[in-house]
Amino acid sequence: MIVEQLLVSFIAAAGFAIIFNAPRRVLWQCGVVGMLGWFVYTLLRLLVIDAIVATLLAAIVVAIVSQILAKWFRTPIIIFNVSGIIPLVPGGLAYDAMRQFVENNYDQAIPLAARVIMLSGAIALGLICSEVINQMIRQAKWKKYANTYDRRGLSRF
Amino acid sequence: MQQTEVVEICLLAGKIMLQSGAETYRVEDTMVRIAQAFEMENAQAHATPTAIMFAYDITAPTHFVRIEERATDLHKVSQVNSISRHVSSSQLSIEEADKQLRQVDQQRDTYPTWVQLLAAAFASGGFTIMFDGQWYDFIPAVIVGGIGYGMMRYLHSVIKIRFFAEFLASILLGVTAFFVVQMGWGLEIDNIIIGSVMPLVPGLLITNAVRDLMAGHLVSGITKGAEAFLTAFAIGAGVSIIFFLVR
Repeated sequence: MIVEQLLVSFIAAAGFAIIFNAPRRVLWQCGVVGMLGWFVYTLLRLLVIDAIVATLLAAIVVAIVSQILAKWFRTPIIIFNVSGIIPLVPGGLAYDAMRQFVENNYDQAIPLAARVIMLSGAIALGLICSEVINQMIRQAKWKKYANTYDRRGLSRF
Repeated sequence: MQQTEVVEICLLAGKIMLQSGAETYRVEDTMVRIAQAFEMENAQAHATPTAIMFAYDITAPTHFVRIEERATDLHKVSQVNSISRHVSSSQLSIEEADKQLRQVDQQRDTYPTWVQLLAAAFASGGFTIMFDGQWYDFIPAVIVGGIGYGMMRYLHSVIKIRFFAEFLASILLGVTAFFVVQMGWGLEIDNIIIGSVMPLVPGLLITNAVRDLMAGHLVSGITKGAEAFLTAFAIGAGVSIIFFLVR
């Protein structure tokens, strides 16, 4: 069952990479990032961990893997990030919320909508977390090797 | 005069990146870096989703570019990024950089439209399974998702008002899904619709918006958030119309 989930999440993430015009040479890596994120998410869900926490952790994993791949292929991180988080986006919940709204079931719609907001917040938070860690590592490195690697751009202001 | 040319490259680079859906901070950073490669130490850049402002010095006149269309084209983002890397390490002259940027600007999509359609179709099928759907609904979701995404692309090129194009495309998507289920080709209309609507959902935009807000780019965060909300609303309303009619 988990194998088929991995397969479809790979297809979905790589499909989105194509829709977003990701460069050809990193296409399957985009799929793998999405698959990893979804793998972490489903695993945590199987361990009966709350969806928001699971999404947060999965987003952090996606972001870390994306950072590494972005360094490796010297591309902007957004290429891997975006395709990676696609499986985590709470599209189904958003749809349910919208449908309840349209059918005038406001009392059922609002908890769903709040959950959608929490989940997208968790995704963004996960992405930012790893970015902050990465920045801290980078700055520490640059301070140490300031003379060799200092570029004018880094010390403006 | 060198200054004018450098400002031109910076603005062109920024414009391509913003139109291709790059993060706001990356756009500003790229422009400032290019400027600094040509000895403009105090270059100032400010980007929002609808406009870029740039000045090569604090007291210098400010230049301005309006951004009309926004799409997601990660290949262009990565190309501009690598051009700016080459410029900052002085491997590219102004003329070369200008030429390459113009080429990137003229470029069309990396993948032909039919490949993108197929990708959207299969991604839809995948989402149906991921949202606990059954494999029986895979093929219907592929078909409905492909039609929905194709409709969206077509209507975007015909109708200038984004909101309305998305609304119409979602109505058609809902009708197709309903038809497929009525004919007995699909089992659960909810799962089919959720899967096939995903290529239209502004997931990237929502996340980018929250990200921009958290990073302190308040103006772009709110603008992107508004755009994402409008799109989500258009899709939700469009798809749900079918339930109004059926009920």
